Amino acid sequence: MEQPRTGWRLGVDVGGTFTDLFFFDVATGACDIAKVPSTPVDQAVGLMEGIARSVDDLGAVVTVVHGTTVGTNALLERKMAPTGIVTTQGFRDVLEMRRRDRPHTWGLWGTYEPVVPRDRRLEVQERTLADGTIHTPVDVAAVRQAARTLAERGAEALAIFFINAYANPANELAALEAVRDIWPNGHIVGSSEILPEIREFERASTTALNAGLQPVVGAYIASLEERLRAGGFAGQLLIVQSNGGVMTVETAKRRPIRTALSGPAAGVIAAGRIARAAGFPNIITGDMGGTSFDVALIVDGESALAAQTTVDFGLVVRSPMIEITTIGAGGGSIAWVDRGGLLQVGPESAGADPGPVCYGLGNDRPTVTDANVVLGRIDAGRPIGGKLDRLDADAARAALASHVGGPLGLDVEAAAEAVIRVANAAMAGAIRLVSIERGHDPAAFALMSFGGGGALHAGALIRDVGLAQALVPRFPGVTSALGCTIADMRHDFVRTLNRPLDAVDLAALDREIVDIAAAGAALLDAAGTRFELQRTLVEFDMSYVGQTHTVAAPLRLDIGKETAGITAAGLRDAFERTYRRLYGRLLEDVPIRVLNLRMAAIGKRPGFDLASLRPEDGLTVDAALTGRRPVRADGEWRDTPIFDRLRLPAGARIAGPAVLEQADTTVFVDPGLQARVDEFGNVVLERVA
Amino acid sequence: MSDVPAAAGRAARDTASALDPVTLAVLKGRLEQIADEMDATLFRSAFNPIIAEAHDASHGIYDPGTGDTLIQGKLGLPIFVGAMAFAVKLVIGKLAQSGVAPEDGDVWIFNDPYEGGTHLSDFKLVRPFRYRGDLFCYLASVGHWHDVGGNVPGNYNPSATECYQEGMLIPPVRLFRGGALQQDIVDICLANSRQPKSAYGDLFGQINALDLGVERLTALLDEYGAGTVRRALGELKERAAALMRANIAAVPDGRYSADDWLDNDGIADTPLPIALDIAVSGDRMTLDFSRSADQCAGPVNISRPTAIACCYVALKHVFNDVPANAGCLEPIDFIIPAGSILSAGRPKPVGGYTETILRVIDTVFSALAQAVPDRVNGCAYGTINALSLAGHRRDGSRWVMFSFFGGGHGGHPEGDGLSHGNAPISMATIPPVEILESAYPVMFTRWALRPDSGGPGRHRGGLGAIYELELLEEQADVFLFGERGRYAPPGVLGGDGGATNRFVYQQDDGERSPPMASKMTGISIRRGQRVRIESPGGGGYSPARERSPGAVARDVRLGYVSAGQAREAYGVAVGDSGAVDSAGTDELRAKPAGGAGNRQRG
Repeated sequence: MEQPRTGWRLGVDVGGTFTDLFFFDVATGACDIAKVPSTPVDQAVGLMEGIARSVDDLGAVVTVVHGTTVGTNALLERKMAPTGIVTTQGFRDVLEMRRRDRPHTWGLWGTYEPVVPRDRRLEVQERTLADGTIHTPVDVAAVRQAARTLAERGAEALAIFFINAYANPANELAALEAVRDIWPNGHIVGSSEILPEIREFERASTTALNAGLQPVVGAYIASLEERLRAGGFAGQLLIVQSNGGVMTVETAKRRPIRTALSGPAAGVIAAGRIARAAGFPNIITGDMGGTSFDVALIVDGESALAAQTTVDFGLVVRSPMIEITTIGAGGGSIAWVDRGGLLQVGPESAGADPGPVCYGLGNDRPTVTDANVVLGRIDAGRPIGGKLDRLDADAARAALASHVGGPLGLDVEAAAEAVIRVANAAMAGAIRLVSIERGHDPAAFALMSFGGGGALHAGALIRDVGLAQALVPRFPGVTSALGCTIADMRHDFVRTLNRPLDAVDLAALDREIVDIAAAGAALLDAAGTRFELQRTLVEFDMSYVGQTHTVAAPLRLDIGKETAGITAAGLRDAFERTYRRLYGRLLEDVPIRVLNLRMAAIGKRPGFDLASLRPEDGLTVDAALTGRRPVRADGEWRDTPIFDRLRLPAGARIAGPAVLEQADTTVFVDPGLQARVDEFGNVVLERVA
Repeated sequence: MSDVPAAAGRAARDTASALDPVTLAVLKGRLEQIADEMDATLFRSAFNPIIAEAHDASHGIYDPGTGDTLIQGKLGLPIFVGAMAFAVKLVIGKLAQSGVAPEDGDVWIFNDPYEGGTHLSDFKLVRPFRYRGDLFCYLASVGHWHDVGGNVPGNYNPSATECYQEGMLIPPVRLFRGGALQQDIVDICLANSRQPKSAYGDLFGQINALDLGVERLTALLDEYGAGTVRRALGELKERAAALMRANIAAVPDGRYSADDWLDNDGIADTPLPIALDIAVSGDRMTLDFSRSADQCAGPVNISRPTAIACCYVALKHVFNDVPANAGCLEPIDFIIPAGSILSAGRPKPVGGYTETILRVIDTVFSALAQAVPDRVNGCAYGTINALSLAGHRRDGSRWVMFSFFGGGHGGHPEGDGLSHGNAPISMATIPPVEILESAYPVMFTRWALRPDSGGPGRHRGGLGAIYELELLEEQADVFLFGERGRYAPPGVLGGDGGATNRFVYQQDDGERSPPMASKMTGISIRRGQRVRIESPGGGGYSPARERSPGAVARDVRLGYVSAGQAREAYGVAVGDSGAVDSAGTDELRAKPAGGAGNRQRG
């Protein structure tokens, strides 16, 4: 049960193009990275190959922590297992009716295909009222009959979803019990197990998606475990959840919906940890990939969590997840001039294939990467990723001239700079959205830039948004894998109360909190992992009576075995502090409502000393200089020094303009900024003092 | 933020003459973000679900001289995008008339629907914004309050004959003077609402949104300079106009007409024609509503500003690449005669404006389908079905459940219409059943798609819904304001209409439907009795006989279409096994089509 003191701890993040691995030697503090092509058909193949690159003996690996996109991809590509739903009489269409919405504000050409077709959604007699009273007991014979019919119609997973099951799960639990011995496998799930929270569509959608993912994610994890064991692995495999915490494989097989945003979440966790070690507790992470720019906010070292996300129109997952705001501005985003004569960048993207024009793989419309090539910021002779030998800068110039320069009357360099400016403005907008719009002053934040393309734009974003600094971690391309090795274990819980504050049964609530805390601790204990610390977070969704949107009010409680010490005054105070921060004013004489209790049990896993990422001693700035080339910025070409980023010593200061290159990213130091290498190997971009 | 060196540089360049296209693109994003953020602030802090969930609100930035819309948030109710300019124009007119200067720190409040558009439920706040002493623009906020008095809780009074029966009417007055809140005005508004707490919360949500707009706009002007931003606003408007002209130029010149009807006005059971003749000539378009009904006794009148605003919504749905500002309407002329149902004046009731504007939008789709068939869709369900149940709980407290319901969207060139969508004038989501049941003494017994309601077509209309609920308290009064009870949502290009709207309520002697088909006031139901809405589906796109038999068989298997409708409307025979009966289908399709067609009285 105890982790051995020695051996490798391994973080693995499987993305669409690459499988990234981060190795950390628990005994010596040494670390290593690997990047291998992903194997989409069975991600385990690429993963095993990546491990084999650096580790001869799997017996020496004590922990494998895995951020996976198997669940994410199954959701996006709708490749879940065929699923059946048994539901309350009169409500089989809840999943298909959604919340009565449409995909776009303007234009009425929406279509929608529910993940569970109508003939695999069957109704039974049963009804629970909003106050939890059982109006009609469940007809278990009908439930069994419905389950048999669904199995005959090809369902491999079964979701049971009853109206108001959040208020009283008795009917749902009876139905689950009734089908357990007739369903051919263990892929059965009830909505009150997945999400005992008011709002039927969100609960039905999350439950159905969880059910449909169980066979897919379960099979993947089982196959991965088998390969690892066969290779001699005797340690523990953990899976990263969308909330940034890890869970055991047993939990992951039962709750695969919690992996919906597994990979990106690990990246945010790593960014937060690295930044905090480097002295930046408040950061905004910016992950720029080929098609998108993902932004997340970390305040005082804690990442903001969102209660739900929409994977695609009508495909809602309600489960706590790291709040990541995505806009369509990546390296492959296409620049175009609209019919009104306005320059636009994205949302259409050339992606990784065919990719930017300079890849020469068939796209002839200019992208952000093409603009960076034309401006000399990306070295056409040294493409990132290693798929190509060189980039076709002439093709990039031609595309920018014809699609942007011509229509706007700009020469090709000015067109390239314009594309970068508009892309930066879009990214700056996303950063404002998560900072200013949430009541945070960007001047108190540093940007943590990772992903392949982000470091080219980080400097400009400092200026556009008024950020304090920007950080580029030592290994920006494997940030998510690094995050896997340091993420904490986390289990989330939710209960709906839906009562005015003065009508809350405080004694019962206190007991509930104590019970959930105990259940959370038991789950952590059962995981077989050594934790440095266990803690429980408590938060309430609250509002004024009459409002339908709630605020998430955190509450510090000292939860004992007998009591959690909850008081009405404490609840009110927590609400008012949060409300005032968000909206400025409190409302007088309006009663307060408590909608949901949310709790998280967190087991802090042993970290590692990030100082092990410090550049080795004996390096010099001069030796790191690899050459010079003209790079364009602020309207003029400048003779610019190029450095090998990983050979820069700690404490180095490089004045802009400069380009710092490494295998998985390029950092552009804008004129007027300087790059400083800190004790953790980060490059810190800041204004020259 | 404003001390960022680069920002100072940008402000210094403020005097440069031409605005480069890149700065323009950047400023467009920044300005839209300000309006979006105002929207989001009100949605999050609003009290009533009509704003918080249904997003029945809007914010924007308006021209200091004309009141024209310059920037509008993307998240708000589409119909307000066109209507808000008229609200700002009303304030500008009032200022000019009374010789009052637009002062910083003043906020005007009103809900006058005749000059300001829409209906009494919508409270508009208009705030002059001065930058370094000069009037730069107006900021405005509109939100649908839960209750503004009048005869019917929730203000959808189907039997109103004057606006005074629909609620309080507040002319433009100053809510803030020089930054000081005029509590007297707040007291008057709250005293006239059945839901004063809700109105109070919504009002302060709107004030917060305007405060935020002032703060963000000030920061932007500090950074870029007023001249640059002003030029950007002007140029964005001109570009929208150019884009709309280009769209119209691509429509073949000619005259395109459409005729549709409202069931009745809730007072006299007479159909009311809404008729449109579109004339396209070069890059200009005229929308002529002269053949429409005269203003009527009941509350389905709309004011001229509202009529223009809803045409704007319809055109934005068809030409959705044009940015949302006043430039869109520049190449459009309107002919709406005085005294028309589409240009009503005080005190004609306008509470049911949503029904009329949905019908106007349908006529735009139907007419344009003849001109640009690949850009248009079948008509959507065309009624908001405002249902209100009100009563008292055992403890004597009053409850009012007020909600709008959904229906099908029309088939379109790319596929079948969306089932259970929101109205074209709104992005409203419906409250969850579980939230409604936890808040009100009702139990829903059905929340389901309505089979056979989608208009048959090569691309079928989306399905409407069946909502049925049972009363759990002793007694409740029921009010319904709907439409499309007699005239189905039309299909286009030979597609058939969707099913008509149907309302059923139980009484001691059995089930009944309202004599006015879709409108009903003051019916009483008792514990255990049920009411049921069966909402319309969307209209079909292209003839039903052209739909592939396989797609029809799938619809039958999934229960979207009955075997009977498959035979009659689609000419497809589906066997007991669920497979297409090819011989039977050939036989059916050999006969002339007998589709339900449009305009059929239900």
